[in-house]
Amino acid sequence: MRETTSLFLVGVGGQGTVLVTAILSKGLVAAGYDVKMAEVHGMSQRGGSVSTQVRYGDAVYSPIVGRGGADALVAFETMEALRWIEYLKPGGKVIVNDFRIASAPILMGQRDYPDNVLDILKACADTTVIEASDIAVEIGNPRVMNLVLFGALVESAALSAIDWEPVIRSSVKPAFLEMNLAAFRAGRNAVSPGEPERPARKTPRKKIVKESK
Amino acid sequence: MLMSSPKVTLLSGNEAVAQGAYEAGVVYASAYPGTPSTEILETLCKFRDDVIAEWAPNEKVAFESALGASIAGGRALAAMKMVGVNVAADPLFSAAYSGVNGGLVLVSADDPGLHSSQNEQDNRHYAPFMKIPMLEPSDSQESKDMMKAAFDISENFDTPVLFRMTTRICHSKSLVHLGKRQEGPRRLCPLNLTKFDVVPALARRHRVRLEARLKRLAEYSETCEFNRIEWNGPKIGIVTSGIAYQYAREVFADTASYLKLGFTHPLPVRLIRDFASKVEVLYVVEELDPYLEDFIRQQGITCIGKEKIPRIFELDPAIVARALLGREPETIRADMSPVVPRPPVLCAGCPHRGFFYELGKLARRRSVVISGDIGCYTLGGNEPLKALDLCICMGAGPSMAHGAQKVFNKFGDGTRVVATIGDSTFFHTGIASLMNAVYNKSNTITCILDNRITGMTGQQDNPGSGTTLQGESTPPIDIEAVVRALGVRHVRVISPMDLTHVQETLTWAFDLDEASVIIVRWPCVLKKLDREERDEYTHKAKFMTVVEEHCSGCRMCLNVGCPAVSFDRATGKARIDPNACNGCSVCAQVCKWSAVVNGDSANA
Ligand SMILES: Cc1ncc(C[n+]2csc(CCOP(=O)(O)OP(=O)(O)O)c2C)c(N)n1
Repeated sequence: MRETTSLFLVGVGGQGTVLVTAILSKGLVAAGYDVKMAEVHGMSQRGGSVSTQVRYGDAVYSPIVGRGGADALVAFETMEALRWIEYLKPGGKVIVNDFRIASAPILMGQRDYPDNVLDILKACADTTVIEASDIAVEIGNPRVMNLVLFGALVESAALSAIDWEPVIRSSVKPAFLEMNLAAFRAGRNAVSPGEPERPARKTPRKKIVKESK
Repeated sequence: MLMSSPKVTLLSGNEAVAQGAYEAGVVYASAYPGTPSTEILETLCKFRDDVIAEWAPNEKVAFESALGASIAGGRALAAMKMVGVNVAADPLFSAAYSGVNGGLVLVSADDPGLHSSQNEQDNRHYAPFMKIPMLEPSDSQESKDMMKAAFDISENFDTPVLFRMTTRICHSKSLVHLGKRQEGPRRLCPLNLTKFDVVPALARRHRVRLEARLKRLAEYSETCEFNRIEWNGPKIGIVTSGIAYQYAREVFADTASYLKLGFTHPLPVRLIRDFASKVEVLYVVEELDPYLEDFIRQQGITCIGKEKIPRIFELDPAIVARALLGREPETIRADMSPVVPRPPVLCAGCPHRGFFYELGKLARRRSVVISGDIGCYTLGGNEPLKALDLCICMGAGPSMAHGAQKVFNKFGDGTRVVATIGDSTFFHTGIASLMNAVYNKSNTITCILDNRITGMTGQQDNPGSGTTLQGESTPPIDIEAVVRALGVRHVRVISPMDLTHVQETLTWAFDLDEASVIIVRWPCVLKKLDREERDEYTHKAKFMTVVEEHCSGCRMCLNVGCPAVSFDRATGKARIDPNACNGCSVCAQVCKWSAVVNGDSANA
């Protein structure tokens, strides 16, 4: 009997959380899990905060968890991690992109983007910081940031037994496939640099996990 | 455990409903978009060879068209968000009397938690009110199975069926076994159509028949496969339906017995009584109103429900656990004070921006009430534009404006009322509202924000966009011609990208003492433009940029509220993100220092 695991993905409209959630759930289904996935459409297109949940196990009932219910929180944007931290179980993992998107009050100069978010996160949870934007830019397209984070999630949430590359192949446009695969591999390496060498030899092995500011 | 195969796939509730309708042999489907229902038709429209799928201008029209399709002998479906059922209620109540020919199903997608709605109405109440059967799925597989059953129920009992979903059912994905389409036997259009002619004499007969039908449906409910007991012993019994079943199951697992109700009108009295008699405590776990609970109490059965479980907003497993088990969820405690809100904003390059900027400026100088409507442009009421006062329901902008204007005029206080309404909303119910203003001699100023698409719900075509849901080109309705045909004598069509012109046109309208209409036309930035539109609606610049030496740091450009424009507190200058900017130049037009320039030429 496999217990149900709950992943919570958060970000800002347009960051590609939907694609990652789709790949994630497809792969989990292929691996024989019962899977439920929840997303809320609506305001996301207009730069609002977005969240999706993926739950998998032998038999999953609720598609969502409430406060304190998620085993891991993946934040595609730094401040969003803190906005949703209440949904993480004590002892759960945070994977956070060191990437800031200013919201309206910040753009207007009414508020500052908070500088201490990563410190707060590290103080309260097992936090892995990923420089997904830098990695994506190095790969050649800032937009594949989402696959970098996905790679990091796969390592952190012990999902590496699943063969993800065919799933990615069937989920992205052929023209962007190589870039997405490179991003995925780089994300995995960012979390587990000791992993046996994967086909992606070109992937830079620089130290990307930021310890603290 | 389900294994993945081509026949088992992850579908959202909306996709599963579409799949179920397809497999059930639906031939006609109509809807007006609205979150969380929109993807039902967006999925059904792909079965091009078998299903006619259409966007209607509003929900009443969608349901009436589906009723016509049913009368002609086809299985038919109409889908809408919950407030849409209010719009469609008139034909629905009477269709409950007339009955159907081909199976007829109405999907109501409710939005507990108001994720993207103006209220939180619980549409389950419509089923007893309209006296029609209701089904409530609790995951995607049930959405498909129940949809297929809904068509059979509709035909067997000669009634429209209410298919009630909620946001979490519509938008969460779970595994579904796919099946094949079964074309039902063609139901010939009855030669005697009088049953659909609900004149009082006939309606009285229908009225009697309706009660008899409800009795038969109540019997059916007792043995319906969707009302089932999951027995785990007598300690705790839970009566539940819809998504609440999943939450209860998550919290109580096998420590409770469940009466899982899927056919929830009429409710199965005997089944409920029998279940209640076998358990020591009876909980009713349901989202929003005490619909099941009120019924159960009316039967004289004791239960625990809304005194513990919240009656507002969405439930989730943690909320159910806290309410019934007093289990406070363990959470991480962190200092949340640095988190800055992230409200939705008009996109960079949104054509609504320039218009609302000018309207807001004018409204601050005069006594003006701005009667808005529902769509992206409702965001025109937020900081910093703040140019919208009212928003009640679709189509209410011009009509509320009219009533208010009449009374302001009577009191002689000089206040003017401006209505703002989007193109899709204008087609929905705005035309009649504007007609009222003309007919009753108002002097309101109606601004139709024609962004050539239904923006808010995600780029659906509408009667003005020139394309149908299934991708056929069709003559676009000419809004200006409609407005003139309604008798509006003062009509101007302007671009929102030229602020001076917007200002002049608003001033022109304020100086008139008759109803006027300003059609503000520019396509939504997210719209895929065809070649003709690209030629007509292109900005001079690809992106704008700030010349730092000229920027005085006055922050005027921030007043347009564009997500591409920010203020750098360190340098005291404005900044434009070239990747986000789309070159609309609205910010440049408000800069007194000519510090915002075309980005391409600045680089050259
Ligand atoms: C009765 C009803 N049906 C549907 C909706 C969902 N809805 C909200 S805004 C909107 C579309 C508005 O489109 P438009 O008027 O063109 O304005 P835009 O968003 O493009 O600015 C819809 C369909 C609703 N709120 N009420």
